[in-house]
Amino acid sequence: MSEPVQQIRFEAGAWVERRDAGPLSEAERAELEAWLAQSMSHRVAYWRADAAWSSADRIRILDSTGADRPARTALPAILKIAAALVLTATLAAGAALYTRAPADRSYATPLGGHEAVSFSDGTRIELNTDTALRARMTTRERVVWLDHGEAYFQVKHNSARPFVVMVAGHRITDLGTKFLVRADQGELRVALVQGRARIDTADKWMQQHSALLAPGDVVLATTGSMSRTHESAKALANALSWRRGLLVFHRTPLAEAAYQINRYNREKVLIADRALDALPISGTLSATDPDQFARVLENIFGLKAEKKSGEIVISR
Amino acid sequence: MANTTDTHPGHGDPPGADAPMNASEIQAWFVREVLPLEAILMQYLKRVRHNRADVDDLCQEVYVRVCEAALQEAPRSARSFVFTVARNLVIDEMRKEQVVPIDAVADLEALNVAAEIPAPDRSLIAREDLRRLQAALDELPPRCREAVVMRKIEGIARRDIAARMNIAEKTVARHITEGICALANALYGDGATRRRP
Repeated sequence: MSEPVQQIRFEAGAWVERRDAGPLSEAERAELEAWLAQSMSHRVAYWRADAAWSSADRIRILDSTGADRPARTALPAILKIAAALVLTATLAAGAALYTRAPADRSYATPLGGHEAVSFSDGTRIELNTDTALRARMTTRERVVWLDHGEAYFQVKHNSARPFVVMVAGHRITDLGTKFLVRADQGELRVALVQGRARIDTADKWMQQHSALLAPGDVVLATTGSMSRTHESAKALANALSWRRGLLVFHRTPLAEAAYQINRYNREKVLIADRALDALPISGTLSATDPDQFARVLENIFGLKAEKKSGEIVISR
Repeated sequence: MANTTDTHPGHGDPPGADAPMNASEIQAWFVREVLPLEAILMQYLKRVRHNRADVDDLCQEVYVRVCEAALQEAPRSARSFVFTVARNLVIDEMRKEQVVPIDAVADLEALNVAAEIPAPDRSLIAREDLRRLQAALDELPPRCREAVVMRKIEGIARRDIAARMNIAEKTVARHITEGICALANALYGDGATRRRP
């Protein structure tokens, strides 16, 4: 413990910076080798700085050259503790069979809003942007009607009082889970992260279909059809990033990214050039800051962003 | 990897526990298994050393000792090994000073508890990392952050950063070096000690 550690760490950081800046000359390489050979303390400090600087890649906003490294986003703590279900529903106007069912209490958020509601049974519901739901919590039943938007459910399981979410004519029954439900235009998306849940739906001939979901399963359902796919934990976690006010994109087509950010803001991002729709973008951005989104498109992708009557118009 | 009895990466044990590791294996093991323990190690050291100025040095010394030992024999559990080394080191320091604070012994016992706490889920660490990185970036001095963002996020060459910021390339290098040190402390440290003196 002769050299002060701050000194060593600074020197290690300087070497990491030097290597990052460009190829080392023969002399520099020898100098670095010699410095590292001097002590384990130097090596350890170098490994630490190098690991930190590499990890910082994750704050990089990536371009479309494909030279990216996927952001390692992980599941929120709450999801790891208990079972979770991610559910996305897209409602066509008039498709919701259950919307006229009575409900005890209504909750709603405006565009860009995010609110949490706690119930006496320990259940907690978080509402994302532009969401409306009604909840009936009685001693005999627990039913939530998601009229539109997106909500994250952390359900205290009770087999005597099943927890049911009604959305777009489908019924999701919690079998010991926490789950997220989203509802925006024409389809229902149920993704189970952990635990179990069942989805029941009726097709247009009123045939009943039922699916039991395992972790990672994603069920896409529209009025009359249901399909199942599988998603990575990372993709599911990204779908939950709104809980932190963030949107996580990983090689997401620009049109889809714009659609996502527009869910949160009055000021809409409009992609004026169809050729840009498929441009893949990656990064973590604030859900409620379309200006930041526009700046990234300008600075990183060299696109043009113009404000025109309450819209941000993106073009080349 | 010279090891043929390789275990799954990312699990608690280094590859082929017991066998000595070569230099690059030690680096990978250190980054994967030891660095994530820094925050809890620092908390422990601060507690038993009563926030004395030497905790950073002790932390570094723990790293040196575990890596040197791994050259001889790979520890089965990085976590319990790191804390055993830390404990011995602290005891050595106390002996040197010939002063043992009354509660230090009790705190040393608490170490066993610290070593028992299950490691947080890796994916949680990853998520926490991103938050820490973003916070660390926000906390950098403005010129330093500007340089780091241009280099890391926008991928601009050092020479061009210098031109844009109208400063010497050497100054850019220093800004980025300071950024690297701050990011490392933010990522691995316990969130209390920052900036270099």
